[in-house]
Amino acid sequence: MNKISIQNLNLFYGSFQALKSLSMDFQENEITALIGPSGCGKSTLLKSLNRMNDLVSSCKITGQVLLDNEDIYGTMNVNLLRKRVGMVFQKPNPFPMSIYDNIAFGPRTYGIRAKMRLDDIVEKALTSAAIWDETRDRLKKSALSLSGGQQQRLCLARALAVAPEVLLMDEPTSALDPISTLKIEELLNALKRDYTIIIVTHNMQQAARISDKTAFFLIDEMIEYGSADQIFSLPKDKRTEDYITGRFG
Amino acid sequence: MRKMYDNQLGVLHERLIQMGALCETAIACAVQALLNDDDALRSATKDKEQEIDLAERDIEQLCVRLLIHQQPMASDLRQITAAQKMIIDMERIGDQAADIAEISSYMQGSTVKSDVHMTEMARCVSKMVTDSIDAFVSKDFAQAQAVIDEDDIADALFSKIKTELIDLLLRTNGKLAEDCLDLLMIAKYFERIGDHATNIAEWVIYYLTGNYKKQNV
Repeated sequence: MNKISIQNLNLFYGSFQALKSLSMDFQENEITALIGPSGCGKSTLLKSLNRMNDLVSSCKITGQVLLDNEDIYGTMNVNLLRKRVGMVFQKPNPFPMSIYDNIAFGPRTYGIRAKMRLDDIVEKALTSAAIWDETRDRLKKSALSLSGGQQQRLCLARALAVAPEVLLMDEPTSALDPISTLKIEELLNALKRDYTIIIVTHNMQQAARISDKTAFFLIDEMIEYGSADQIFSLPKDKRTEDYITGRFG
Repeated sequence: MRKMYDNQLGVLHERLIQMGALCETAIACAVQALLNDDDALRSATKDKEQEIDLAERDIEQLCVRLLIHQQPMASDLRQITAAQKMIIDMERIGDQAADIAEISSYMQGSTVKSDVHMTEMARCVSKMVTDSIDAFVSKDFAQAQAVIDEDDIADALFSKIKTELIDLLLRTNGKLAEDCLDLLMIAKYFERIGDHATNIAEWVIYYLTGNYKKQNV
């Protein structure tokens, strides 16, 4: 079932067109990887899925992005959209506050105040992000005292705490060591049972390992979109083949 | 862009061609050893078989290094996977050429081989091996498919030789019977070499198209 459906999306930064006539669907409970050289528009696409591009004054968008058949650029409340479509960034960016408060921040913003309820949300989010065992005894400690890999899982837990439906991840493991990367990948594989996950990655092996579907972008358009097995073993377009085999990029 | 990677793939391609050439030489030596009762060629077949074994280990290591260093994708991955499979068949071809040469030493002076279609069989599977290697070298789908189709001819020749040998056995003396059984084994080895050439051709098609035995892999 389609969770997100993009129809004829065009995105401009001033006079520069970053996405051209893009139409594609993201399936529910699947991991979709967006790959392509730097500047091809994949991060722009990711940000357009929860309207992060609204923060860029020169950004203009035409076309539709449907979340459960509702256009997110229509009358949908942006705060509600961002609750439903969470995001994890390339570099871990915990707030300079305690581990507990990092996770409770979102739910508090959405009006949850009862301590027992917040305790429950914090534990569940940290457990889902596989970091509960490492933090349960230090919830009041600063989140900045955690290692890079732990901080990224904390950020994932923070995104999960508001019970999103879609998780957008922009190169979430590019700043992490191999073990932390593996933990995040294992986590994503487990989380896709409950979430729709869209990830931008420059790591071809990672895209091949974790994604169900992969889309290859070049300059401002999507060149090829298919199952990860097909894209990485038998790409149809020569440009895809040349990119994933490192002939350019 | 990827100079080192392309160089390594180029080395793999060259080594496979060299191993294929060794297989062709081993079969040619075995066939001539059989048809001409030539001990020097029997010995040469054994030498080639040992060279083929060394080439297999060398290429296997090269493939492993490529997998570790380059983490190949798409056609690169298919080339390396196909290479790993092809060298197993090539190694078996070397073994079977050596077996043919060895068995032929037990039937020196025997003329029974000229009473059956052994020369045709030898020619047929030698051509299959040569063509399967050529198909890989020139990335020729049609030639690989032709090798696969030719396996039916090799199988039919084996059946024909078996029937001819049964006829001979029914009206034969002790020594001739032994020669017949040796020839039947040789014919079987030739038939197996044809099967290995077919396997090589199937991996060439996988390398070129991603389809193995008409299925996406």
